[in-house]
Amino acid sequence: MNHNIYIYIFVMAAVTYLIRMLPLTLIRKEIKSTYIKSFLYYVPYVTLAAMTFPAILSATANIWSALAGFIIAVFLAYRGKSLLKVSLFACLGVFIVELITGL
Amino acid sequence: MTRRQYFTAGFKDGIPICLGYIAVSFTFGIMAKKVGISIFDAVLISLTNVTSAGQFAGLSLIASTASYIEMAITQLIINLRYCLMSCALSQKIDPEAPLFHRFLIAYGVTDEIFGVTVCKGGKLSPFYSYGVIFISVFGWVFGTFLGILSGNILPARVVSALSVALYGMFLAIIIPPARNNRVLAGVVVISMAASFLFDKTPGLRNISSGFRIIIITLIIAGIAAYFFPVKEDEYDELEEAGELSDSTKEAHHES
Repeated sequence: MNHNIYIYIFVMAAVTYLIRMLPLTLIRKEIKSTYIKSFLYYVPYVTLAAMTFPAILSATANIWSALAGFIIAVFLAYRGKSLLKVSLFACLGVFIVELITGL
Repeated sequence: MTRRQYFTAGFKDGIPICLGYIAVSFTFGIMAKKVGISIFDAVLISLTNVTSAGQFAGLSLIASTASYIEMAITQLIINLRYCLMSCALSQKIDPEAPLFHRFLIAYGVTDEIFGVTVCKGGKLSPFYSYGVIFISVFGWVFGTFLGILSGNILPARVVSALSVALYGMFLAIIIPPARNNRVLAGVVVISMAASFLFDKTPGLRNISSGFRIIIITLIIAGIAAYFFPVKEDEYDELEEAGELSDSTKEAHHES
C-alpha cells in the first residue's frame, strides 16, 4: 500500500480545522435562549477543570512534584495572580521539588 | 485599546501556553522521529494541526499505514470537543468584527487558547486572539523542531517542570472568577471530581480523553445552566470581574 504523508497531513488538518471553523462561522448571531447562553457560559469552567484534574498529578516525573505544582498554582490563582506568574511558579515548584527528591 | 495593544496583551497572556506547548510538542517531535517522519513534515503537521492528542494519534496511524478514512474519523472523534469550544467562542467574538476574522480565529481553537480567550472579560477582539495564537503556535512548532532535531537538547527535568505550565494556567483562568461565585466554585470542584471518577472507574477509564471531556461538559454545564441560569446583569458583572482579575489589573498595579 502506498500512502502519501501529505495526504495524511491534509486529512488531519482539514478535519480538525472544519470542526473548529464551522460553529464559529455558522453561529454568528447572539443566542437569545437563556438556557443555551448559560450552558455556554459554564462550558470553559467545566472543560478546563476536568482537563486539569487529575491529569496534573501525573504530568511530572513524580507525584510529589506534581502535587507541589498543583498547590502552588491553586494558591497563586486564588490570590488573583496573572496567568504567567501562576504558570511559572508552578513550574519552578516542580523543578525545585524534583531537585530535592533527586528525580 | 488599539489593535496593537490587543495583540500585545494576547501575546503576553499566551506566554504560559508557549512554554507548556514547547514541553508537549518536544515529546511529539521525539515520537515523530521514532516513526521516521522528516523534520519538515513534523513541523508541517504541528503548524497545520495545532492539537496534541490528534497529532499523537495521527502519528501512530501514519506509522501503521492506516486508511485515509480511518485518519479522518479518528481526528473527528478526538477533536470533537473543539466544536463545543467554538460554539462558546462564537458568542464571545465582537459581533462588529468582519466574518474573515472568524475563519482565522478558528485555526487556533485549542484547549489552551480557547481557555485564555473565552475567559477574557468583555467582547473578544480578534487581535487579542491573534496575539495568543501567534506566540502559542510559535511554541508548538518550535518545540516540535527541537524534539525531532535532537531528543536530548532539553534536560528531562526541564521538560518535567514545563509540563505543569498549561495546568497552572488553566487554574489561573478558572479559580479567580470562582472565588466570589459559589455556583462557579461548585461547578469547578464537581467537574474535577467527575474527571477523577472517570479516571479511576473501570470501564469509564477506557473512554478516550476527548470524549470524557465532552461527556462531563454536556452533563455538568447542562445541569448548572438548568438550575443556575445566568442572568443578563449577572453576566455583565462576571465579565467585569474577569476583566479585573487578569493581567490588566496587575499591569495597573505595577505601573
